[in-house]
Parts: sequence; structure tokens; C-alpha cells
Amino acid sequence: MLRTFRIGGIHPPENKLSAGKKITPLAIPKQVIIPLGQHIGAPAQAVVKKGDLVKVGTLIAKAGGFVSANIHSSVSGKVNKIDNALDASGYKRMAIYIDVDGDEWEEKIDRSETLIKDCTLSPKEIIDKIAEAGIVGLGGATFPTQVKLMPPPGTKAEILIINAVECEPYLTSDHELMLEKSEEILVGVSLLMKAIEVNKAVIGIENNKPDAIKHLSQLVKSYGNIEIMPLKVQYPQGGEKQLIDAVIRRQVKSGALPISEGAVVQNVGTAYAVYEAVQKNKPLIERVVTVTGKAVPAPGNFLVRVGTPISQVIEAAGGIPENTGKIIGGGPMMGKALISPEVPVTKGSSGILLLTKEESVRKPIYDCIRCAKCVSICPMGLNPSLLMNVTEYTEWELAEKNYIVDCIECGSCSYTCPANRPLLDYIRIGKGKVMGIIRARKS
Amino acid sequence: MILIAVISLGAIGAIGALFLYAASRKFEVYEDPRIAEVQDILPAANCGGCGYPGCAGFASACVNASSLDGLLCPVGGPALMTRIGTILGMEAGKAEPMVAVVRCNGTCEARPRINKYDGAKTCAIVSALYGGETACAYGCLGYGDCVVSCAFDAIHVNPATGLAEVIEEKCTSCGACVKACPKNIIELRKQGPKSRRVFVSCVNKDKGGPAKKACANACIGCGKCMKECPFEAITLANNLAYIDYTKCRLCRKCVDVCPTGAIHELNFPPKRGGTCS
Repeated sequence: MLRTFRIGGIHPPENKLSAGKKITPLAIPKQVIIPLGQHIGAPAQAVVKKGDLVKVGTLIAKAGGFVSANIHSSVSGKVNKIDNALDASGYKRMAIYIDVDGDEWEEKIDRSETLIKDCTLSPKEIIDKIAEAGIVGLGGATFPTQVKLMPPPGTKAEILIINAVECEPYLTSDHELMLEKSEEILVGVSLLMKAIEVNKAVIGIENNKPDAIKHLSQLVKSYGNIEIMPLKVQYPQGGEKQLIDAVIRRQVKSGALPISEGAVVQNVGTAYAVYEAVQKNKPLIERVVTVTGKAVPAPGNFLVRVGTPISQVIEAAGGIPENTGKIIGGGPMMGKALISPEVPVTKGSSGILLLTKEESVRKPIYDCIRCAKCVSICPMGLNPSLLMNVTEYTEWELAEKNYIVDCIECGSCSYTCPANRPLLDYIRIGKGKVMGIIRARKS
Repeated sequence: MILIAVISLGAIGAIGALFLYAASRKFEVYEDPRIAEVQDILPAANCGGCGYPGCAGFASACVNASSLDGLLCPVGGPALMTRIGTILGMEAGKAEPMVAVVRCNGTCEARPRINKYDGAKTCAIVSALYGGETACAYGCLGYGDCVVSCAFDAIHVNPATGLAEVIEEKCTSCGACVKACPKNIIELRKQGPKSRRVFVSCVNKDKGGPAKKACANACIGCGKCMKECPFEAITLANNLAYIDYTKCRLCRKCVDVCPTGAIHELNFPPKRGGTCS
């Protein structure tokens, strides 16, 4: 019997159209647009100015606070301007425009394919290198990795959980990475274990990726203390709290951090980025992006430089099909419709999904029929229907009492609602309001 | 037999009455009767426009205050404050009547729609998702969160322009719409003599080029109005002009120089002379 999390969850059609497609490096674009706010937390502060020459891997923006991340140039060339650019947030925010000239890398970066297993660095040095390389959680939440590796005083990590679940339908970037960069990932996991000083790691993989499970299970024997755990396919198992429940059978309490249960969760893509940063001195400047969709001519997985306009990535998969209704940044469940194909790929872009016109039609919204489907599938054990109503009537106290801030915004409620109610849209607003109220109360 | 029942019940009643009397004396909470009196004449809309939690909160604030300065029920206005003043034997404070102003003139013609939104139709949700259907990420979205918030039916979205419009006669300046608007477009401004007002009807902070491209009526931050203003009432920040209503003397020079027509004048009579040009 395979494990999964214990409350709620759904199983939407998997549609992993690009599974098994080799990771193809994408041609370097003529110009990249690198947003300064690609992570959760304070935006980075630009350290270059117009006209500066940069190489691949040059630091172009420094972390703007404790929860923030460095940003490096993904191309070599000249800084064209620092100006507002439309990004995946749907708003114009500060970004660095770089005109590409050649492909010259910083000397310190080791570009060879040779696997380096040994690492003599201390935990502190590993974390410093991760922070220096601007690594953020690559599962999509883009939380700065070094912050997660430094547990608050009084807490101690006991186990490292690697999130290789990829529970979002359509997406295959992590799956493909596990097949092609498996050794590197395992070294990365060992480095992360060393950084947080634990001697146990579990890589959780959903059972719909049997090839990855088999491949990693064979390799892992020579690493020791790393376990591969196949998990039952269930959305949103990639949620941090859901994965902890599935893997170590512990539930993180409301409002607490995973570290309170002794767990540190990192994405498998992050583990690979950590390997590259620590062993190869390579900052986070490119990532694997899945381009997919039922009408896309050639769905695939591409290694894309950060800042590449997504229109070019789609071009590599055969271009935007005629009957495209929506372009989604990310997966179908938690992703977000983009308003322009000129939005750049960022550190958090795991996929680009093109929905056809028929798929992207919104069905009419009806009144709640009290079927409680949303209640039964909510992976956090909340009552989404109630939370939507209290948000609509601005009853913030009731919203707080009913744990609105625990919502992980997985969208299962909206997906399952037979009356097509926009549950998550409302809950997200309410959650933001209540979090603001709580912050104001604390300060 | 009946006698015993009457006596025993009478005795129980008497003991109960004594207990209740003692309890009411011991736990008595004195409340100023004037609070109820003031509350009676308040509009009972509980809009919160006065800054207190509902009309009861405002009534007790009035009674407990040493002077009525700075206290104003925006719904009842100065007339109501005078009545409260008579009850409390105080002079009604001086408070300028205010009115809500929607600072966006991005009509359907001026601000072309560049994408289509088909999600949940509230401004709060749209603005959390993205900048909106037009290229201007600052302007009125037109889904009417302000309309829902208004307890006085004083604000509506005009279907012809797609913009929220205030009905001045009904507006009590309670500020509910100001709080409801996620784009912070609505502002309470001094009502002005004969309701005459001059204000910048734009909140776009983009540079001139993109702002103008997104909306023909946008403030492009050129600063002409600032130079023209004889009273130093206009400030320019983030490519956006703002008229301070405490300094503005309604001369309307800025309206004439604004190249995009972003500065609005309201309720002025037509200008004399030269009307035929």
C-alpha cells in the first residue's frame, strides 16, 4: 500500500504529454529580461547599470534583505536598461534588460560534465555558497533556499525530504531531470543533508514515474541514508505539509513551519541547482521548463536561460497553436494565466501550458448546493465554501477563526466544485486580508 | 390549602425581589443617558465613516469628548452635529464637508482593452491576479467593489464608460468605497464652495510614454500644471501630479495647461467670453 497524505486530495487527469522528452537546451535569445523580484521576499537590488558588460554568471542584483536572493546574469552582453517589465505577476515590475553578445561565462564556473562527488566544505560554507548562487525553491514557490536551511534557534532538523512528487498535471520537468541528472541530484541531496546536519533523506516520488523511481533506486545504494519512497498519485502531494504527512506521518500544526516537525523539504530541481552551485560554482541562471498543451505541436522539456521571453520557449515546441485560449505559467492547478507571451521565464517557471479555447472556457457560476465536496477534498481540512462566504461578507474575524491562513492555495476546491464557484479566488483575497490584520496586530 | 400556596409563592416572590434589588444595586453600571439620546438622532447606518465602530461608538465618543472639534457624522453633516451640540451643551465643531472622488478617466474609448478577463468579477480578485484588461495597471477596473460597499447607493459603474461615478447628492463621504477600492483610486476631497472642485483624474504612476499609450486621458507627469499653479497646490511624484485641496483656490489655470485633459473641473459654470472660438 503506497503512502499519501491523509486528508482530502484529488486526482485530476495527468496529461503528462511531454514525459520522456529529452531536455533540450534552448537557443540563447537576443535579449533577456531578468526581473528583480523572482522570489518570495524583498526584491533584489540591482548592482549593475546601463551600459555595463556582463558575462554568464555575473552578479547583477544582490539580495535585498534576509528573505531575498541574489540574481545573476544568464547571458553575456551589455545591460540595455533597468526598467519596468511585465512579468508573471501581471504587473510591471523592475527588471534588468540585457542585450546578448556571444556566450562568455565567468571563469570560476566549471562547465564540464564530470561528476564531482566529494565536498570538503563545512555546513556554513555550503549554505553561503547556496545563498551566493541565488538559489530559490524551484518547485514554484521560489522561497530562498538558504533561509530554509538555517532553522530558527531552538529547532533542529531531523530529516531532509526531497520533493520529487511533481503532482501538477502536465508538468514533466522534474521527472526528466531525475532521469538525466540523477547522479547530480543525489550529490545535491547529500550536500543539503550536510548543510542541515541530518543523516537521513527521503526522496518522495509519485508512482506515475516508475522509470525515475527505478533509476534512482539503483543509484541510491552507493549514497547511503537516502531513501527513495514511491507515493500514491494524489494532488496536492507536492505541498510541503502534505509531503511531510505522506513521508514521515507527521502533521505540521496550524501556523507552524515544517521544521517544527523536524523536517526540511526541498524540491528535486533545487537539489540539482545546489549541486551545480556548490560543486561547479554555477549560479542559478537556467532551469528546465516544460512546454505542453493538447494543441502544442511538439510538447517538450527545455533548458532555458532565465529571462528568455516565453514566446521563444513556445516557439521551440512548435509555436502557439491557432486555437490557444490561454497561456498558463506553471501547471494547470496552481499556475496563472499570463497576459502576454513576452513575459520572461524566471527561476520559478516550471512549465508553460497552452490551453485550447475549448479547455479555457469558464463555466457559469451557480449557487452553492451544499454538497460539501470542497470540504472533503481540502488537503488542509478547511471548509472552503465557508471561507469563500466569509470573505465575500468581509467577516475577517470568522475567517481567521476558521483558519483561512492555513490555505495552501492548491485550487482543489475550485476544481471539484460542481457549481463552478470561484472558491480559491475569494479565499486568496480573504487570506491576504487576514494575514495583513495579523501582521498589523503583531507590530 | 389555597392560603398555603398563596403565602409560600408570595414568600418566594418576595425573596426573589429582594435578591434582584440587591443585585441591581450592587452591579449597577451607570450609562450616561445622553448617549442614548445622541444615538437616537444618529442615522443608524453604522457605516463607520466617522471613524468609530458604528453609531453607538460615535455617540459615546461625542458624549465623552470635551469638545466636538474633529467629530463629524458624515451622513448627518453639520446640521446633525449642531443638534448633537444642543443636547450636550457644546458648540458643534468645524468640519469641512467632504465627498468621494473617483480619480480615473480611462473611459472605454480612451483606454482600449487589450485582453479579456473571464474570472470572478470583483475588483479585489482581478487586482490580485493582474493589472486588468487595459494596459493601465492603475485605473478603475469597473467591477464595482465600491458599488457593493456603498450603503447609500451613491456610487455606480457607468456602463458607457466602464468607470465608477459618484452621485454627489447621495454621497455622505463615509469612506467605505475608499477602503473597498483595491486600486486606491477613490479619494475623499473637500466638497468645495458650490461643490466646485479641481482634481487630477488619474493615478497612473508610469512614465509619460507608457501612460499615454495605455490611456489617452492619463497624467503623463509633465509638470506643466505644477509650474502654472500660483498657489503651490500641485505636487509631482512618481510621474503623477496631485492637487492638494487645502491649498487649491480653484483658479483652474492647471486645467487649461494640461496637455492630456487629466485635470478635471467639476460644477463650474461655463467660462465667460471667447466661447465661440
